[in-house]
Amino acid sequence: MDEILEILEKDGRATCEDIAKMLKKSPQDIKKRIGKYEKEGVILKYKAVINRELIRESDAEVRALIEVNLLPQKDVGFDKVAERIYSFPEVSSCYLVSGAYDLLVIVSGKDIHTVSRFVAEKLSPMENVKGVVTHFLLKKYKEDGVILKHRDEDKRIAISY
Amino acid sequence: MRKFVSETVEKIKPSGIRVFFDLVLGMKDVISLGVGEPDFITPWQIREAGITSLEQGFTSYTSNKGLYKLRLGLKRYLSRRYGLDYSADEEILITVGVSEAMDLALRAIIDPGDKVIVPQPNYVSYDSVTELAGGVPVYVDTRKNNFKLEPASLEKCIDRKVKAIILNYPANPTGVSYNRRELEAIKKVLLRHKIFCISDEIYAELSYDFEHTPFACLKGARANTLYLNGFSKSYAMTGWRVGYACGPQDIIAAMTKIHQYTIMCVPITSQMAACEALQEGRKSVDEMKREYKRRREFVYTRLNQMGCRCLKPQGAFYVFVSIANTGLNCLEFAKGLLTEQKVAVVPGTAFGGQYRDYVRISYAASLENLKEALSRMESFIKKHKVK
Repeated sequence: MDEILEILEKDGRATCEDIAKMLKKSPQDIKKRIGKYEKEGVILKYKAVINRELIRESDAEVRALIEVNLLPQKDVGFDKVAERIYSFPEVSSCYLVSGAYDLLVIVSGKDIHTVSRFVAEKLSPMENVKGVVTHFLLKKYKEDGVILKHRDEDKRIAISY
Repeated sequence: MRKFVSETVEKIKPSGIRVFFDLVLGMKDVISLGVGEPDFITPWQIREAGITSLEQGFTSYTSNKGLYKLRLGLKRYLSRRYGLDYSADEEILITVGVSEAMDLALRAIIDPGDKVIVPQPNYVSYDSVTELAGGVPVYVDTRKNNFKLEPASLEKCIDRKVKAIILNYPANPTGVSYNRRELEAIKKVLLRHKIFCISDEIYAELSYDFEHTPFACLKGARANTLYLNGFSKSYAMTGWRVGYACGPQDIIAAMTKIHQYTIMCVPITSQMAACEALQEGRKSVDEMKREYKRRREFVYTRLNQMGCRCLKPQGAFYVFVSIANTGLNCLEFAKGLLTEQKVAVVPGTAFGGQYRDYVRISYAASLENLKEALSRMESFIKKHKVK
């Protein structure tokens, strides 16, 4: 993987100037390459990783992992059904998986009722959905490579040879 | 009153910057670029192996030379990585870091009055440990040759009492390293005068511009060379204290003799973790190296922008920066930077009395901290610049 991507994946706010210094390139060059990645869709988006446990009660959210069993549609297989499901804004992730069920859908909502309602009223009644199993998340430890806790302090002694 | 401290120890010169170190340690919220160890913590799979070994009850002594499994792992690693061939039974010794290995090596080699060449600037322990072993350090200043040891100046300081040299590359504090051709030139001189080479290659895995060449790899050098390395820097395992020495059988046997009475063996937990590092640590080593390399470019570019003279380091994670344009000596500079800007660096005199115009910056720090610390240093320099 291009080192520019490696740097941005760790720190989406790294500036072109800083990346240029790190990689011994000109800032213009870096800017051009990032632009190209954005245009091609290699870089889709920049966002913050938020530890929701630390924010106000009213902003908290509930998440559920939902196992969905599908009836495949003729010609288009699972893709069409998946699209109907992942297009709901409540769905934050959607994966086709091997094993006992077909889709793994991650749904978020402001409380347990909102998520339940979504499952009961939107997801379950869909024509090609054979069955769902809902798991509410109790605690998030790590997400997308980020451990969700305060950064550890530097444990080294402040000066040494 | 009777004095109990030995004269030998009394004669060891106290470090002039101890007071400065205490000053740093007593201050809060300092961004430190003065740390001589990685800012990464040991990769999890290695820590996990240490924990598992404790759970399984591995709490005993190991053989004096170290776990056979670890020595075998090292033999394979050295052969695969550098084409070195050391016997796990006779030619590899596991030590408490390179520090212990260096002490053992000097004590195993030196008779009272033997001279040991120490190119300067040097890592802080080399001269004192030489003296403790009864040897006499012979210093070679490398400033005029971009901090690289030149065959000609090496030749000049050799006499019949010179028995060994301590090489260190990539080097602490300069980041200087040697390519094969440069090493060959040094080797020629050493072989001609039959001088033993203690080669501290603890930063071997952190060589950024060319492949690292162990001194022992050079043709004809193996029999006169002790290869020292360890897990501290490459695997971010400083606190585990695992190093190793590889060399001719008689030297390793002599070192083992001292080691078995003074240390017995390296803690087994650390050795077990080191085994895991050799097996599974490659990816982490490469990742950390890439990160250091990016920081090197960043720091070097920034220092140049600030008008600081320094050589581009080829390895390790240090830059030796000239502060001559501030009109301050290194201790005044370091103290001022600490109290005015809360940034810590190591004064150059720690690595040799003549380096009053230098400070060592370590880039074993997050990019965020490097950026901030260098900006503060820039303001400090602007304020104190004389020419």
